[in-house]
Amino acid sequence: MKIVDDSPPILTALDRPNSYIGRAVPRPNIARLTQGRAQYVSDVTLPRMAHVAFVRSPHAHAKITSIDATDAKKSPGVIAVVTGAELARVITPWVGVLTHLKGIKSAPQHAIAVDRACWAGEAVCAVVARSRAEAEDGCELVHVDYEELTAVTDPETALDPATLVIHPSLGDNLTFERVHVAGDPDKGFAEADQVIETTFVFGRHTGVTNEPRSIVADWNPGDQRMTVYQGTQAPHMMQNLFAKHLGLQEHQVRVVTKDVGGSFGIKVHTYADEMAAVALSKLLRRPIKFVADRIESFVTDIHARDHRVNARIGVKNDGTITAWAIDDLTGIGPYSVYPRTSGIEANQVVNLTGGPYVCGNYKARARVVFQNKNVMCQYRAVGHPIATAVTEGLVELAAAKIGMDPLEIRRRNLIPDDAHPSQGPSGIKFEALSNHEALAHLDAMMNYAGLRAEQEKLRRQGIYRGIGFASFVEVTNPSAAFYGVGGARISAQDGATVRLDSTGAVFCHTGVSEQGQGAEAVIAQCVASSFGVPIERVRVIMGDTDNTPYGGGTWASRAAGIGGEAAWQAGKALRQNVLAVAGSILQAKPETLDINNGVVVDKAGGAERISLDEVARIAYFRPDTLPAGVQAELVATRHYVPRQWAFSFTNGIQASWLEVDTDSGFVTLLKHWCVEDCGTVINPQLVDEQVRGGVVQGIGAALFEHCQYDARGQLLNGNMADYLVPMAVEMPDIEVGHVVTPTADSELGAKGAGEAGTAGAPGSVMNAINDALRPLGAAPLTDMPFTPDKILRALGKV
Amino acid sequence: MSDMRCDVSLTVNGEQVNETVDARQTLVDFLREQLVLTGSHVGCEHGVCGACTVRVNGLIVRGCLMLAAQCEGAKVETIEGLSDTGEIADLQAAFEKRNALQCGFCTPGMLLTAQELLAAGGVPSREQIREHISGNYCRCTGYHAIVDAIEAVAQQRAGGGK
Repeated sequence: MKIVDDSPPILTALDRPNSYIGRAVPRPNIARLTQGRAQYVSDVTLPRMAHVAFVRSPHAHAKITSIDATDAKKSPGVIAVVTGAELARVITPWVGVLTHLKGIKSAPQHAIAVDRACWAGEAVCAVVARSRAEAEDGCELVHVDYEELTAVTDPETALDPATLVIHPSLGDNLTFERVHVAGDPDKGFAEADQVIETTFVFGRHTGVTNEPRSIVADWNPGDQRMTVYQGTQAPHMMQNLFAKHLGLQEHQVRVVTKDVGGSFGIKVHTYADEMAAVALSKLLRRPIKFVADRIESFVTDIHARDHRVNARIGVKNDGTITAWAIDDLTGIGPYSVYPRTSGIEANQVVNLTGGPYVCGNYKARARVVFQNKNVMCQYRAVGHPIATAVTEGLVELAAAKIGMDPLEIRRRNLIPDDAHPSQGPSGIKFEALSNHEALAHLDAMMNYAGLRAEQEKLRRQGIYRGIGFASFVEVTNPSAAFYGVGGARISAQDGATVRLDSTGAVFCHTGVSEQGQGAEAVIAQCVASSFGVPIERVRVIMGDTDNTPYGGGTWASRAAGIGGEAAWQAGKALRQNVLAVAGSILQAKPETLDINNGVVVDKAGGAERISLDEVARIAYFRPDTLPAGVQAELVATRHYVPRQWAFSFTNGIQASWLEVDTDSGFVTLLKHWCVEDCGTVINPQLVDEQVRGGVVQGIGAALFEHCQYDARGQLLNGNMADYLVPMAVEMPDIEVGHVVTPTADSELGAKGAGEAGTAGAPGSVMNAINDALRPLGAAPLTDMPFTPDKILRALGKV
Repeated sequence: MSDMRCDVSLTVNGEQVNETVDARQTLVDFLREQLVLTGSHVGCEHGVCGACTVRVNGLIVRGCLMLAAQCEGAKVETIEGLSDTGEIADLQAAFEKRNALQCGFCTPGMLLTAQELLAAGGVPSREQIREHISGNYCRCTGYHAIVDAIEAVAQQRAGGGK
């Protein structure tokens, strides 16, 4: 293990001449984004394309008694008005359950509501017109009669016998429940000198991708194929689902994903309105475009979190943690989202609470309930921000109770770095973590002792600053254990096909996709390094189910660790193929040759023997000059899926330094630090920027973002003026440090880096606020987001 | 409704444009749909996110809060125009080098906003940069890299180089 800061790590198997592994290579093709020459789905237009807009239920729960489209059909530009019942003739409903989440249940969800709307914002009718504006005009002329039903909105009472059951066929409003006990929690609590109990609340928030969800579906009856341009994270998964629910064969569906304006887990799910757009294309035999507007995004993009966690920790006066207990309740809207389900986040909270700590006395219950609000599902760092904030909130409350420094209590309880492989309190398996080294690195990086002294000095002047920490673990590189074992056709493996072109450049087709993370760069770096060409000569092809190996896409921090390894191995395989041909041309043994910087060289000494373009010229245009029996194979494909470890856990620690204005309740973020260990760092700049972006998303959850509903299930702040997102002026500079513990599961050794920032930021900000206010005797704040009014209430000022 | 139409004449990226538009059409929809200049993006359509930022008569505006019909005689410039003239080539290069963009959806608007600050001259502080770009929402980067890139270009243009 060694700490790196933007310098190439020393890596044996990866330490090839001309290696790009560990280098901050700029992303290829990024200039199209800076020049306004990208192609997002919202930019796509096709011949005969029409636009769809949806009439959406204004009620959280209502029977649809009639739909009168007479006036809408006469509106200028309107091509068709289609109800849920009519659309159900071309697309079947779906149910979001997985068999490995024991007992999870949900009801069939239609592309457009049939008979009943279950949340405010659910589509009840589609209007297709020449333009989006004309489609919206038509929507205003569709007359829908509703009979309002009782809206179930409060998770706390969702399971009460007196509460209406949203889906009577399911018997109750319980989607999923998991109870887990490990070690001896009762004994652990009995042995504690102090038991601290509190309730953490995590408000609903959402992804607010800058580009809203967008789709263009093009059914071509001539060749019986559906081409779907979609801003998705998982093209092959969507190919399967479109085919399945439209009654097509998978090969009849092509999903094309070019540039995607942000995803963060928002664009990895099945959305009713997108399914409707695809079905409408089939029904109307022409391309149909749907781009959600911002209001639609707020009421239909999956929401996240919305957890209430009662939590307890037992601790001895010497700082030893003796037990943990949590009781989590989360409301997920009226349907479990397809196909990944809305049970995964609560399941993750159970798995991840207690994180990287030794204490194995743990009991947990998580209940997931239906309600008449927008659907909730997996969003960046799924479950981690909750489990981490609960765990780290408890740890710092315990430290305060016994008068111990918050870093010291962690030193005494984190699993030692030399004790791996190990397991966390819930039984999750850790191959190798570096929590102590990360903590030591953070301590030095932030000058912790200096900050404490400054904090103390300022307190005497009436300025209240706080320091808060959050150690964390993060699930990355998921195997089939995540979804595949539960019956979902979501690929855990990924593939890469590399091809030498006729001038010595390389094409790499990969199943992972790009939404800005830099997957394209990482794949290019892997191929350039393992094959042996300058990175400028690698072109990466992604986001097209017709033209890439079958793969999972980009989510759960898997693109670099899984897609990167496949690309690395494919590059190696192509090198062997090319050297076989070069060997026959040069009358040399292939094993004595290598490829460096685009030239075949002697492995020993590095003397240049023949250029790649000359090898390609001979192989493609003068194969007659090769010895008899030599057939050049200038394409190679390799696949990879983690097999030894179900998940590759990363780890790290974050710190927040902030100031609370005790008169206004405003929080000013002064600085944020994150030290993380994602194994081999393929591109330090990309890793740092994933961390920074993730941290800010976590800060948004901690301080600003909240989907506020009233008791009738109406979203009160579904616009960007009222729903606050982090903007530049409120955000601090963020320092990132690394510890490198490669996974032995792959040759590359890379783990994921996309979600670490979001996992730890909310907990560290929460702890910093409480650290700032502790001398004032404020009750600990545990209800996110920490808005000024909550802070003033904690201070007893309002 | 769509029965109100009007003619507009304006220059867009230096080219004369004469078009008939719906009175209700926003400038950004006009640019994207009628002129197929898709570099300006539609993020929120209510003036908060800044993805539609374009320059009208030398000042940056929200393309979603201005109507095309208001642009009679105006000089409109978009990311496509600024790219082709080379006016912001250094800023674009700095964004690319520093990875000051991820998905890139906010980037055209962010670049136009940054250029307005930089064109005022001097080397703004990081706080001033953050303040100036605070009408442009970026969900990906967390802003740190964007501030770095703008700061680096300010120093370069001031002759300081970095």
